[in-house]
Amino acid sequence: MESYFKSYDSVDGELATVNLGPTHPATHGVFQNILKMDGERIVSAEPTIGYIHRAFEKLAERRPYYQITPITDRLNYCSSPINNIGWHMTVEKLAGIEVPKRVQYMRVIIMELARIADHLICNSVIGVDTGALTGFTYMFQERERIYEMYEELCGARLTTNIGRIGGFERDFSPEFIKKLKSFLKEFPARFEEFNSLLERNRIFMDRTIHAGPISAERALNYGFTGPNLRATGVDYDVRVMQPYSGYEDFDFIIPVGLNGDTYDRFMVRQEEIRQSLRIINQAFGNLPKGSHHADLPAYYLPDKEEVYSSMEALIYHFKIVMGEVPIPKGEVYFCVEGGNGELGYYLISDGGRQPYRLHFRRPCFIYYQAYPEMIKGALLSDAVLTMSSMNVIAGELDA
Amino acid sequence: MLLEQLSRQFPDINWAPCESYGMLTIEAPVDQLVPVIAFLKDDPTLQMNFLTDLTAVHYPDDKNREFALVYHLHSFIHNLRLRIKSFVPASKPEAPSLTGLYAAANWMERETYDFFGIQFTGHPDLRRILNVDDMDYFPMRKEYPLEDASRKDKDDRYFGRQGHEGVEFDKRIDRQ
Repeated sequence: MESYFKSYDSVDGELATVNLGPTHPATHGVFQNILKMDGERIVSAEPTIGYIHRAFEKLAERRPYYQITPITDRLNYCSSPINNIGWHMTVEKLAGIEVPKRVQYMRVIIMELARIADHLICNSVIGVDTGALTGFTYMFQERERIYEMYEELCGARLTTNIGRIGGFERDFSPEFIKKLKSFLKEFPARFEEFNSLLERNRIFMDRTIHAGPISAERALNYGFTGPNLRATGVDYDVRVMQPYSGYEDFDFIIPVGLNGDTYDRFMVRQEEIRQSLRIINQAFGNLPKGSHHADLPAYYLPDKEEVYSSMEALIYHFKIVMGEVPIPKGEVYFCVEGGNGELGYYLISDGGRQPYRLHFRRPCFIYYQAYPEMIKGALLSDAVLTMSSMNVIAGELDA
Repeated sequence: MLLEQLSRQFPDINWAPCESYGMLTIEAPVDQLVPVIAFLKDDPTLQMNFLTDLTAVHYPDDKNREFALVYHLHSFIHNLRLRIKSFVPASKPEAPSLTGLYAAANWMERETYDFFGIQFTGHPDLRRILNVDDMDYFPMRKEYPLEDASRKDKDDRYFGRQGHEGVEFDKRIDRQ
């Protein structure tokens, strides 16, 4: 394998330049890759990113804390609830807010649903890129059910803006609980059906095994996190290393792969979906009673009814909406396990109404730079497959 | 433990350690940055082998310390995180590149250059990454306000506010 790659370093025949992207149906997003090709083999790749850069970090410097939540939606839009809740927890850490156990468990349920939705898209798209569209259409039905649950809780589907600093905007409704129960009952069987379409499928295995591999050492050096790192055999998961939101209460395992290739990334995500289901079952089964938000008049918006009837609620409402809430000075780094890995928020507050500086540690941005190395010497069709198995999300890449 | 080891290895550096929300933060002079981080990475007992994040912060009022480079390191072995800050003056925004230690630093440094104009010496390919190549300023610096100061159609006085400095008010209102 090693000598094979080397022979492509010193190729002296005529090379063809192929422009893959920025808008190409096989890239699932706006990325450009300028590939130097020797026949079907890739000699070098030059990724260009930034096509949907929206200056989120600059925008965040002019917005009150609660108005930054919708910005985080648009990072990894396949699992926006994780981004939203991660941001709320960052502000809670800065302000020293404790949330009730019920809020923690509700957050875990929502975040794990988001993780399932995220991994379902990624894995079914790997299927599409190998020519298996069926699994994709099956799993989009299931993702739709997750989106309906978001809709029941917050009114939105894709860019959810879910939750508030200190809790949730509303408690789980009976309709939500009905939907969640039927999802938990029916999803596992359908998921295993999807799994059986691909897991031992000869064509799928031939296409994905040894496609786009990376070693554990290189992956660590490149700053990989999340399923892509775990596929190389490193069992790093923020949920276990630095438990947040009550993850220490649940019993689940971290699946790891061996070779760090496309098949391992697929398998790790498949197993993570099963583990997420386990976590949801535990959290939902032991959902504590209590309020769906912390008792925080200075941060948590009061009920509309109270705003119209009580002076105090009106004042707090006004102060929160105008962003005039007290916030301590300090700097915080907080991270959650996002769909693609460690999603970090580096927040510096100078006590003002908006952050002095906010930096998002976006897992996609950091691991996508390994892409040229991973596809060197591979076939063009494998490059497409590698990209979809890395689950590079343009929104997260470009912030 | 970590600080002791660092002080033994680099006795001349004032680390100015502080703990902010559970993360140890130290300062390192910019010319010592690479040896310090290489030591943290290669020391068998510390093994800070993961560069979590690299970014910069602009403090325009802090004379000769205008830019803070912020490195977040992580040791998976000990599950220990460390934040290293290094200050560079706006007159000479230069720092050594970490690409020799961590491949992950490549794009992070390009991003920091793109938004703050920090020159990373020794970087193999220091170009803009998210913004367009022909942009001639560094947008995350504090002197670039988010709203365009030359706009005349947005008047903060309509909203009961004083208006930002440098924003000319619409002349029509003054005539009334």
